[in-house]
Order: sequence, then structure tokens, then C-alpha cells
Amino acid sequence: MAKKSYRQAINEAIAQEMRRDENVLVWGEDNAGGAGADGEDDAWGGVFGVTKGLYPEFGPERVLDTPISESAFIGAAAGAAATGLRPIAELMFVDFMGVCFDQIFNQAAKFRYMFGGKAVTPMVIRTMYGGGFRAASQHSQCLYPVFTHIPGLKVVVPSSPYEAKGLMIQSIRDDDPVVFFEHKVMYDEEEEVPDDAYTIPFGEANLTREGDDVTIVAFGRMVGFANQAADTLEKDGISCNVVDPRTTSPLDTDTIIECVEETGRLVIVDESYPRCSMASDVSGIVAQEAFKALKAPIQMVTPPHTPVPFAPELEDAYLPDAAKIAAAVRTTMA
Amino acid sequence: MQDKIIPIVMPKWGLAMTEGALTTWSIEEGVEVAPGAEIAEIETTKITNVFEVSVSGPVRRLVASEGETLPVGALLAVVADPTVSDAEIDAYIAEFQANFVPEEDGGDDGPEPETIEISGRSISYLAMGPGEGDVVLLIHGFGADVNGWMFNQPALAEKRQVIALDLPGHGRSAKNVGSGEVAFFGEIVADFIGQKGFERVHLVGHSLGGGVALQAASHPSVVSLTIIAPVGFGREINTGFLEGFLAAKRRKALQPVLEQLVADPGLISRDMLEDVLKFKRMDGVETALRTIISASFDDGSQTIDLRGALASLSIPVTVIWGKADQIIPAGHSEGLPAGVAVEIIPDAGHIPQMEASAKINDLITATLGKA
Repeated sequence: MAKKSYRQAINEAIAQEMRRDENVLVWGEDNAGGAGADGEDDAWGGVFGVTKGLYPEFGPERVLDTPISESAFIGAAAGAAATGLRPIAELMFVDFMGVCFDQIFNQAAKFRYMFGGKAVTPMVIRTMYGGGFRAASQHSQCLYPVFTHIPGLKVVVPSSPYEAKGLMIQSIRDDDPVVFFEHKVMYDEEEEVPDDAYTIPFGEANLTREGDDVTIVAFGRMVGFANQAADTLEKDGISCNVVDPRTTSPLDTDTIIECVEETGRLVIVDESYPRCSMASDVSGIVAQEAFKALKAPIQMVTPPHTPVPFAPELEDAYLPDAAKIAAAVRTTMA
Repeated sequence: MQDKIIPIVMPKWGLAMTEGALTTWSIEEGVEVAPGAEIAEIETTKITNVFEVSVSGPVRRLVASEGETLPVGALLAVVADPTVSDAEIDAYIAEFQANFVPEEDGGDDGPEPETIEISGRSISYLAMGPGEGDVVLLIHGFGADVNGWMFNQPALAEKRQVIALDLPGHGRSAKNVGSGEVAFFGEIVADFIGQKGFERVHLVGHSLGGGVALQAASHPSVVSLTIIAPVGFGREINTGFLEGFLAAKRRKALQPVLEQLVADPGLISRDMLEDVLKFKRMDGVETALRTIISASFDDGSQTIDLRGALASLSIPVTVIWGKADQIIPAGHSEGLPAGVAVEIIPDAGHIPQMEASAKINDLITATLGKA
């Protein structure tokens, strides 16, 4: 076992599944050659190099570069999945997903239901999300709540390299369409990741910290910030549960409710826009199911309801961080 | 001058340990220690355990203070002959601290697991100690791995070569367990001894690994056997534990299961639970564990009987059991052949090698001495 980056963990998961199952294919923009490549080449491996090395190993029949035509290649993935393949389509930035909502929302997500349970759609859409990369408002959004809204889709938001590998393998083996969210700022984060294949089940939250006073539910990159906040607060005598739901759909509401019933206080950390977000969703669920356990109003740590700003100072102020989370926890204790 | 001063440093318990917290000193400055003396309690993210020294002499200085967290290899105390002056000790400590470089995260200096191919499977093992002479071979139990010996292997390896194996289906070894029978694992161990060409091997096995060691003990190179809470000596086994171990998918469900392993439930740490869950998520592990269970246990009891195999051995054998064992009852140690040394450990459950490591290390060492 060695330390691997978030990028390596995802790459290794895909490569191992491609070796195991010849029906697993990869396609997207610049997944292999990309702009500037001289003929058949492994120049890019996606804009952030996540698929690098797959083209030389698996060849042009299983690793395909597509034109800039999201609606076509996402639709093709849905069709390929419905006919027996297990495609992994990369739609570079989740911000661009709007052009293929029909293929995702109305086709892939509905096949199982519309065909009376007789069809499966084992496709994975890999996509990048998140702010902090100085990439401005059209390349920085956290749109996982949009997909969580649609029945028939599974939505994965891994919070670390270990989580990313196990959840990616689970995503590929799952028979439903999965949207897999990779935070672009996390690609170089490292931790111990086993060399062999393993899976992490969907809908099972992970408690990254355990405590008695406050429950923090955080998603994706926010889990790391929540852990930092919990470690700081611990020194001041405030002990926190940190719940990483791992998947927003299915959502492990049982664990969230259990933790809130134990602590009586809840802080939700969500990098997406605050309206119709995971923060508001979890808040609604807890208000409905565990209202009587609450000792203080629920706190939501989210950006404001505005586009992600481009000015670095504004972007930093915009995003949640450990200090904001700690402040919210203290508010619930006041 | 320097050789009269002996440093006592933060031990490395298990591959992942990079630092430990000294919770309490159990000795004071000036106390004379001998090998095996318990001098402190040390807490890691995995477990809290007593730390026993392997040196003798008066402890002249306690360098680390209680509550301090220090990297592996950091100076905890100094043992020195009374003829050594305080000034010399001060100088020694200053020099040690000035030159001390904590190992990098992950442990570049520590022993790394190696692999060997046995009957088409990649088998992982961890070797410690000098590379010649007698070999002590440690065989873990069901669902465990080399790290289960974290309190035993480093201590035993100070004087001899000690190798811990990952059985097939476990740790870093291949997950194909064949028939899953104890005899299959026994052949893997015998093949390991054969391929390595070891001439004198002391086998130490725990639980399922106890049965495995017993099976492999008929190999001509095996000169002694120490088995801890082994399978195969009676019908009863806590199949609720086995099923719970397989079924648990999260820490909360796993905790009460693992707590059955020990007399003191406080020993089951969060990291230990996390490691077991990570192991269980690996491809092939569930199938491997199920195969092992159905090969040796049926309808709530053990279907293997190894008493005959034990009776046929003519090497020194020690059988160790924790009195509070909730997995395989300590009563199974009754009625064993004459000549088999039986040791019952009070206040220990199914894993006395962790709960009472100093005592178990002594018993293993004593058994080695008889061969």
C-alpha cells in the first residue's frame, strides 16, 4: 500500500475495472490525445490527466476521444449502457452539463422505470466540480444537488483518495446511471490507498470524526474542512461528529438522524448554492424527522446565492472553510 | 563510554505506527530494569499497550514526559551504569536529540512486507530481526493479518529472525483460499518453510492460525510450536462472532462484534474497526472468509478435530488460552496430551497476544528455549 493522489486513485480504479471487464469503456473530450497531440498519442489523459495511461493500455477501441458535443457522447453512453456496455463518459466540467440534460434526466435516469425494471443503464458520468481553482463562474459550480433531485440517478461525491477509488469501482459495477463528482482542487491530495480493488457501498455515510456535542454533515471537499474544524474545536472542549454521506443519492438519512439525535445540534457544510441545496435538503429532513432532538437552530455553511466570483479575494471569501465551520458550530453551542 | 549508556526509544507497533503518546510511566528514575520489565503505557491510534524493555540496568533518566506524543524512535529514557556521570548522560541526551531524525510518514526505515509465490498465489510476509539462525513464524487468525502481531514481532525479533505471514484471503496476500480448509493453509505454511529453505522453525499460531500451525508442525524443520486459542480442540465456537464479522458493514455494527475478542472492550479502537472494514471491502475477501467458515464450521460448531495431530507431535508444544475467551472457550485446553504445556492467561480474551503481550512473549520465548 502506498500513498496515492485523488487523481491516481480514480485512474487506478478505472484501469483495474477495465482489466477485469472488457465491457468497461472510457470516452470524453481529450481523454487520450487531445488538442495538440500528434496523431495517436496519450498526450493529455483528460484536462487534469486522470485518464492518462489508459489509451496505451486499452487502445482506441476502448478509450475514445470525442468531439466537443456533450449531448451526443452522453447520449451515446446512455444508449451503450442500455445495450450491455459499461461506459464511463467524462463531461469535463459539470457546468457544461446543461446541454445534455435530456439525455441524462429524461433518458438514462428513466430507462429502468419506463421499461418496467427490465432495462439497466450501467453508465458513469465523471465530471469536475468546485471552486477554489480561479476558474470563474462557468467552471466552478457544485451542481450535485441538481442531479440529486432526479429519481433514477445515483450521485457520488468522494471526499478523499481512498474514498474515490472504492466509490469509483462501485460506480462502474452499479447497474444504474451514476454521476461521479471529482473536485478539481483535490486531484493532488494524497493518502494511503490499497493497490487491490475494493468497493465502498452507496448510501452508507462515513463518520470521519466522532463526538458528542455537534453533528457536522459535509460533502466532498468540505469533509476535509469539517475535520479541520472538528480538530480545532476539540482543543476547546467541543467534540463533533463529522458525517461524510459519500453519496447524495442515495442519502444515508439514518446515520444523519442518529447523529443529530445523539448531539442535538447540526451544522451542514455544502459548497453548492444555498437554495435547493444538500444543505437545505438535509436541513428539511432533520427538521421533519428529528425536530424534537434539536437543542439549537440548524446552521448551514454555504456560499452566498451568487455566481462563483473570479476575483481571488472574492472567491476565497465566497467559499466555506474550516474557520466558518467552527464559527457555525460555536453558534449552535451558544 | 557511550556503550555504557543505552537509549530506550519509542517502539514501532505495526507498520502504520509513526508516533505514540506516552500516557503513564510505570517506573521512576533510578529503578533497575531487566528485559521484559513494563516501564510505561503507550497509546497509538490503534491501541494502548504496556511497553516492556529489552535491556537491563538502572534507568538513570526519564526523558519523555507523561502525555507527550513522540515519533517512533524518539528517546524515552536512558539506562546507564552507575559509573556514568550525570554530565555524561546529559551530553548523551543532547547528542541523541541533536541527531534524531523522525522517520518519514509511512516509515522508510521500517521493514517492508515482501512477497513470495506459493502454489500460484502471491503470499505477503513481514520479516524482522537478524537474517540467520532459527526462524519464528507467526500465523494470524481468521480475518486478521501481520499487524495482529504488532506487540510480539518486534520484541521477539530483537534476538532472532521473526516472520509474520499473511495467510491467503488476508492482509496483502492473494484472496484465493482454495478449499478454505485448515489443511490447505497448513500446506501453504509448509511450502513457505520449504521454499525458504529454513532448517529450524518455531511456529506460533493464533486461533485459526493455531490450527494451521499445528497442521504445518509435522514439517521436519519445525522444532517447536506455540498455539494460542486454537481451533480444532473442541466443538464449541462463537459462530455469532464469525457471522457478525462478515455481516458488519459499518463501525457501529462491527464494534460489538470485535469487542467479543477482548476482556477489556476499551482496547477496540476506531482505527482497528476502520482497518477491518477496509479489509472487508477488498475484492474477494467476503468469498474467502465464507469459504473458510464453511470448511471448518457447521451449524454453530467446529467440524475439525486436531487433537490427533497434536498427539502425534514429538516437539515442545505450548498451548495458551485467555481465561475470558468468548470465541473459543478456554476449556478446550483441557485433556491435552501429557507433555503439552498449557498456560491460561487471566484477564485476557481471545487475543492475549495483544491484551497480555509481555506474558505471551515470555511464553513464546520459553517454548523456543525448549527446542
